[in-house]
Amino acid sequence: MSAWMDPILGQWNYYLVIALMMIGFYAVIARGNMVKKIVGLNIFQTSVFMLYISMGKVANGTAPILTGEPSTVYSNPLPHVLILTAIVVGVSTTAVGYALIIRIQESFGSIEDDDIIAMLDDEEAPAS
Amino acid sequence: MMQHLPILQVLLPLLAAPFAALLRGRELAWGLTFLTTGAAFLISIALFLEQRALGTTLVYELGNWAAPIGIVYVIDAASALVLPVISGIGFIATLAARQLVAAEIDRRDHGLFYAAWLLTIAGMLGQVTTGDAFNIFVFLEISSLSAYALVAMGSGRDRRALPAAFNYLILGTVGATFYVIGIGLLYMLTGTLNLADLAERLPQVEETRAAFTAMAFIALGLFLKMALFPLHFWLVPAYAHAPSAVTALMASTATKVSVYVLIRLIFGVFGIEFPGLVDGVGLLVLTLGIAGAFVGTLAAIVETDLKKLFAQSSIAQLGYMAIGIGAMSATGLAAAFLHLFNHALMKGALFLAIGMIAAQAGRATMGTLQGAGKQIPITMTAILFGGLALIGVPLTAGFISKVYLIRALLEQDFWLLAGLTFVSSALALAYVWKIIEAAWLRPRPEGAPELSETPSQYMPAWIMVIATLGFGIYATPLVDAAFAAAHVFIPATVGAP
Amino acid sequence: MQDDVVIRVVAKVMIPAVMLFALYVQFHGDYGPGGGFQAGVIFASAFVLNAVVFGLNKGRHVWPAHYNLMGICGGVLIYGFTGVAGMAFGENFLSFNVLADDPIAGQHLGILLVEFGVGLTVAAVMVMLFFTFAGRLSHNRLLSKSDAHERRLAPKSSPSKEVTK
Repeated sequence: MSAWMDPILGQWNYYLVIALMMIGFYAVIARGNMVKKIVGLNIFQTSVFMLYISMGKVANGTAPILTGEPSTVYSNPLPHVLILTAIVVGVSTTAVGYALIIRIQESFGSIEDDDIIAMLDDEEAPAS
Repeated sequence: MMQHLPILQVLLPLLAAPFAALLRGRELAWGLTFLTTGAAFLISIALFLEQRALGTTLVYELGNWAAPIGIVYVIDAASALVLPVISGIGFIATLAARQLVAAEIDRRDHGLFYAAWLLTIAGMLGQVTTGDAFNIFVFLEISSLSAYALVAMGSGRDRRALPAAFNYLILGTVGATFYVIGIGLLYMLTGTLNLADLAERLPQVEETRAAFTAMAFIALGLFLKMALFPLHFWLVPAYAHAPSAVTALMASTATKVSVYVLIRLIFGVFGIEFPGLVDGVGLLVLTLGIAGAFVGTLAAIVETDLKKLFAQSSIAQLGYMAIGIGAMSATGLAAAFLHLFNHALMKGALFLAIGMIAAQAGRATMGTLQGAGKQIPITMTAILFGGLALIGVPLTAGFISKVYLIRALLEQDFWLLAGLTFVSSALALAYVWKIIEAAWLRPRPEGAPELSETPSQYMPAWIMVIATLGFGIYATPLVDAAFAAAHVFIPATVGAP
Repeated sequence: MQDDVVIRVVAKVMIPAVMLFALYVQFHGDYGPGGGFQAGVIFASAFVLNAVVFGLNKGRHVWPAHYNLMGICGGVLIYGFTGVAGMAFGENFLSFNVLADDPIAGQHLGILLVEFGVGLTVAAVMVMLFFTFAGRLSHNRLLSKSDAHERRLAPKSSPSKEVTK
């Protein structure tokens, strides 16, 4: 690998993570549909999982299960453990989010941000 | 038993939550919650006294694994000060929750409500006690996820709670994820997650761009969680439409814990000498804080719904805490801790009193309040005292924190900021006066719903009002504790009081 | 889907295998890759497959709703009290060394119990999520987007608003 390509190819995982992060974050911000927001949130979180997992990889390292050979190089298992927790948190967040979306659909009849904001404005106006 | 107190602080509410979920009768679930939060409050007081007496840091190693490898719970002057706030507010809010929840939540959901309630409290206590950066994230999510559910439980009475909870969920998760990105970068740089260990190893890599990026991500994520202007848009609807008891609990604790975590990460890990901290983050937090103080206060003045009014005022009060942090001095931090403590008391009192009105009248607006001063004088007096403390009138706790805040700004020769802080505090008089005018100077309109009060209804709010007045009149121990907390992060030699 | 013979037969063969594999992942987790989270999800997927193939009602019959809360809370309590057991022996929370005569066996027992608690909770949560969402959606017709737009355009059409006044 030539010297000028090193910072690009040598860090390809970070570029991937950042691209994924921005795609997910964009969906969270720009989409009005709540399901799409949750999907965006999931992509956003997944990019962080990838960031952690890729940092745990040690060059030529094997899976961190003791082989008994003292010369074996292991990958770092700690990021995996952290991300296991983060995945569980992500699943819980998604579940709570979808549960809320279903309730919103039931009581508002829409899961589009714009519709709901319009309905809320209607409700607020006569009250005040 | 004594050496287990740091873990029991978190463990008790955490393990009581599944029992509360299994209990069918609502009185049982409430009773369990009441006992648990009461015990947690006693534990936090014991920890506070023990830490003050010893003057050292209490460390509890989970599973007997020592510090950099295992997770440790750390009680130092700062966490010892914040724990009683959370558990105390949790206890008194539980006291009030019995009636508020009975009025606002479906009977069948009471067990699950109290389970989520206990989990929120456990999560917040965990964030304060833990000495591990990733553990903070886990507890952050425990408390946040249960808080989303609690806010959404307001939907039985007010369907707007649902979109409010959803927006809170989206923004809260984005904030927490930003925090995790920052922690990941720090882990890459240093190979550790223990906060003390991180602080030790960071100076070796402090000139790298990754360290700056990590700080930016962590700070931004926590700004979102603490609802610092302009990232506060989730807060007002979430507080306004949540069940009244939940509003009281969250308004006085949830954002405060994030303020604490921000202080712990920024000062405890990066440290005051971290390049770019004072000029970069400090200036940013100062600017946003003062802007938030004005925006929140002005928005509160035009608001007519009482829960929204005080939620807006929370934005302003968080602005003052941010100003204390942004001053980047020991006095500033002490002022931030003082205001964190005092604001929790005042907002707790206000939201509990308003919650009692809202539980009776359906919602609490300026209209509901008209002439209420004669019908429910004791509750309204509690609101009056809470409001006065928000302005920072002498003899209330709010005065003490404002004095130290302005002193911290003057120490650094921020004359303009000190003036602005004073002006925005004085502006708070406008919305408090609006309430006084409605409650006492206007007659009760014909056909308005009858409001009543019994000791069990106003007592929880009054406990907090009395605490507010007590700490306003005799503030020395609290001020000492706040300075001790500040000196954990900035040694006494830098900007001594 | 109940009418499709292939799916029914394959599901009947697969469901016990999936459960068995879940147990393997669960209890082999301290020697190899695996553990409570993975095992719980695999175990739950057997019940989800059952409900998908044979219908929600039969699925509920196999796993009644009150199992969920008990499973979720029970798992958390197993985890918690395994940690507390260490405290009862005078050590710190979650220290498993003292659970058995020698520390290694103690750690072994501790992690086994903790992972069992995790697996129980995760399995119950996953099954509950499936049944909750599937149960709700089958009763409630999802309104199309155009429906919502009509409601929004029609002034004061929301029925719940009339009630609150």
